Amino acid sequence: MSWLHIMVLIPFLFAIIVPLIYRVFTPRIHTGWFVLSVPSVIFLYLLRYIPVISKGETIFISVPWIPSYGINYTTYIDGLSLVFGLVITGIGSLVVLYSIYYMSKLKESLHNFYVYLLLFMGAMLGLVFSDNILVLYVYWELTSISSFLLIAYWYQREKSRYGAQKSMNITIFGGLAMLAGFIMLSMMTETYSIREIIHQTDSIYDHSLFLPAMILLLLGAFTKSAQFPFSIWLPDAMEAPTPISAYLHSATMVKAGIYLVARMTPIFGGSAEWFWLVTSAGLVTLLYGSLNAVKQTDLKALLAYSTISQLGLIMSLLGMGSASLYYGTGDEASMYAVAVLAAIFHLINHSTFKGSLFMVVGIIDHETGTRDIRRLGGLMHLMPISFTLAIIGGFSMAGLPPFNGFLSKEMFFTAVLNASDMSIFSMESLGVIFPVIAWAASVFTFIYCMILIFKTFTGKYKPKKLEKAAHEAPVGMLVPPVILSSLVIIIFFFPNVLSKYILKPAMGAVLPAYSQPGEIEIKISAWHGWNTELFMTMGVVAAGALLYLYLKKWIGIYSTYPYSMTFNNFYNQGLGKMEDMSLSLTKSYMTGFIRDYFVYIFTFLIIIVGGCILFLDGAAFDASNNGPVSIYEGVLIISMLTAALTVLFSKSRLTAIVAVGALGYLVSLFFVIFRAPDLALTQLVVETVTTALFLLCFYHLPELRREAVRVKFRMTNLVISLGVGAIVAILALSANGTRLFEPIAYYYENSYELAGARNIVNAILVDFRGIDTMLEIFVLGIASLGVYTLVKLRISGRDRSERTK
Amino acid sequence: MKEPNDIILHAVIKVAVVIILTFSINLFFSGHHNPGGGFIGGLGFSAALTLLLLAFDIETVRQNIPVDFKVLTAIGVLIAVFTGVGGIVFGAPFLTQAFDYFDIPVFGKTELATAVLFDVGVALAVIGTSMSIILSIGDDH
Repeated sequence: MSWLHIMVLIPFLFAIIVPLIYRVFTPRIHTGWFVLSVPSVIFLYLLRYIPVISKGETIFISVPWIPSYGINYTTYIDGLSLVFGLVITGIGSLVVLYSIYYMSKLKESLHNFYVYLLLFMGAMLGLVFSDNILVLYVYWELTSISSFLLIAYWYQREKSRYGAQKSMNITIFGGLAMLAGFIMLSMMTETYSIREIIHQTDSIYDHSLFLPAMILLLLGAFTKSAQFPFSIWLPDAMEAPTPISAYLHSATMVKAGIYLVARMTPIFGGSAEWFWLVTSAGLVTLLYGSLNAVKQTDLKALLAYSTISQLGLIMSLLGMGSASLYYGTGDEASMYAVAVLAAIFHLINHSTFKGSLFMVVGIIDHETGTRDIRRLGGLMHLMPISFTLAIIGGFSMAGLPPFNGFLSKEMFFTAVLNASDMSIFSMESLGVIFPVIAWAASVFTFIYCMILIFKTFTGKYKPKKLEKAAHEAPVGMLVPPVILSSLVIIIFFFPNVLSKYILKPAMGAVLPAYSQPGEIEIKISAWHGWNTELFMTMGVVAAGALLYLYLKKWIGIYSTYPYSMTFNNFYNQGLGKMEDMSLSLTKSYMTGFIRDYFVYIFTFLIIIVGGCILFLDGAAFDASNNGPVSIYEGVLIISMLTAALTVLFSKSRLTAIVAVGALGYLVSLFFVIFRAPDLALTQLVVETVTTALFLLCFYHLPELRREAVRVKFRMTNLVISLGVGAIVAILALSANGTRLFEPIAYYYENSYELAGARNIVNAILVDFRGIDTMLEIFVLGIASLGVYTLVKLRISGRDRSERTK
Repeated sequence: MKEPNDIILHAVIKVAVVIILTFSINLFFSGHHNPGGGFIGGLGFSAALTLLLLAFDIETVRQNIPVDFKVLTAIGVLIAVFTGVGGIVFGAPFLTQAFDYFDIPVFGKTELATAVLFDVGVALAVIGTSMSIILSIGDDH
């Protein structure tokens, strides 16, 4: 346990006390002020690592978690995770600051809001700083769950619930695929540590699981990063409060997929499949997102599609950069390596300008009551600061100087042009597509940036269509976007400081050949001569401006595209169909009779357990170790048989209950004879409690009556019961005859030395196999809640029906 | 529960419950070295409470033992988890338990083990679970 670990856990610890703070200080002090300390402290703490990491060092601290399975809680900092850590906490601080002014402390349930936010922040930090793939997976799913909670924060609205469910369905589907990919990776390399997997890259290249693992991992990354066609969840996720949209969908969650691709590049990069999958997914998403953003009328939806598009850009850069691994080192390798640097550069730039744009849109929404472009206009004079901020963010996104987006956009063009000259991966014939897509997407990016800025702030002011009279936002709300916008400009003028201390170490983490500083010379400059990239940008501006001016003439093209062909429609239809199918399936087997359920359960038991015994040669009878059967045991067996048969043939329920009880007590007698007093005690008490439960229910049960059932049905019962008996008997005998694992006698011999316990059963339960017990009581708790809900819901349902009578 | 107002039953059970509760606490603590432990101790405890339920009606018991057993379950589970996390704080794997011997007045040399804390969690979860199930079903008429 080190400071580093504690740092990752701070958000979770703080999440526990947020409700208390809320209760004590509301409504005097906004809870956000307390929460603000968490990301800002972590941010400052992480800044300390910049000098260390930029020297090419990495930090690696491990705490054993389940060492027997090689699962350790390992915190690992290198350039890549540091970039993400800084973005998460840096943008996180600004978002919290912004939310203090955005979220009303009187009307909103802030404790929920900040608990979810902190959970999310902690999950993201854990995700980027963990070296163990299983730990990474746990945090990955935690981000899905916490973002679900955040998106559904206004859960009274149906759209919020729909958006939250959609994002969770899609990202969790991807997460599960990713888990399978991780398991395949660990099967190939026999380790869970990402660093160790990277060391073994050469040996897994020809493995038969290499490609499946890659595809499954990419499914996880693509769903999380909203790549085409999984992008449909992102626009619906915009139902979240704007600070959340700014945080989740510009800076953090959607970038988790980028992080995963970057992290896995040293493992899979250099293969043609990886190059093509990542690059083409990125490019298609880039084009798709920018095309769709243009037709949006809701400002946040526009930003959502622009995020999709920008994520595609970053993704395609990572894909193109992975070609560098094919060459290893040398001139050609470093030519493509720049693409990785550009990817990380654009990631940071995107976080700054998109974060600020989201906040500006939030301000507009907050001060005018609408985000509909058709109702907005002419806000320039009323909200001059917001207008300036929108221009900075929008021009940066459009790739214009003097803003940081220009630099990374030029580097993107360089990367596509380089890629189109590539002579590997059958790029000779297909390479020419890349610059075309990139250029076309950039034109549309330019158009939607202009729509965002000019449709909102220029033109005619239409106060009648607005819910509130528009005015400038309070200072506190403007501070975070102002900080981000100044970053946009600062980065433009001093990109090489960023490049030296942050981007290069991050690139070194993705491309291990460049992990030491000074191995590659990259200078980012705003002016790079009259080259193809600059002409491309000029073309983008010209074509974009022209198309923007004649927007009304051609925007109608979009409406010709039928809704029934969209992925959204496929998703909705698919979900509905699945619900119908599962409903009819459930109806077909949920008969309401417990004996039918027993038939299913026992049939499966016979098929699966019996099948396993049969096919795996599991039946083994070894009588050599058996002890002699004493007279007591014989008597007990006969008594138990009698009790069991009594249950079967008893005519009254009371007799049956008594006989079942007797059976239980006789089993506990068996434990006494075998000198297992613990088990005997437990069995006795369990039996007592069960009988008491039976007695409690006794009054309410109907009379036992002979039921007229067809003979055939009874034959099935007979077959099943004989089968179950036979299987269980074979299983018990074989279990005794087979010794596959180390006997637990080892624990018996050492229980006192190891756990200070003379009671071996207890030592096993609590000390040696504590996690079993812990999970068992989890199950108990869940079961009790289940019973409670079932019974209570039924009661309230009945009450309701009685009242309506 | 509709029960006849049986004075003998009430009187017997009042005494019996105290004995059973004492015994179950004893069972709980003896768990480390002798038969017993959190699971069985907790079950014994809820058996005693169930006896009370049988003799008196649910409302009376609820008034005298105003405990929300669902919350009790949650507390038990949380205690168990936190004793596990405790190991991590000291740099050991999750769920590592420790024990040592201390001299305590009155008791003399006593063994204190963190495993007992974990067991407290188990016991509370077991009591909470069994009682909330019994109470939910008992309520349902």
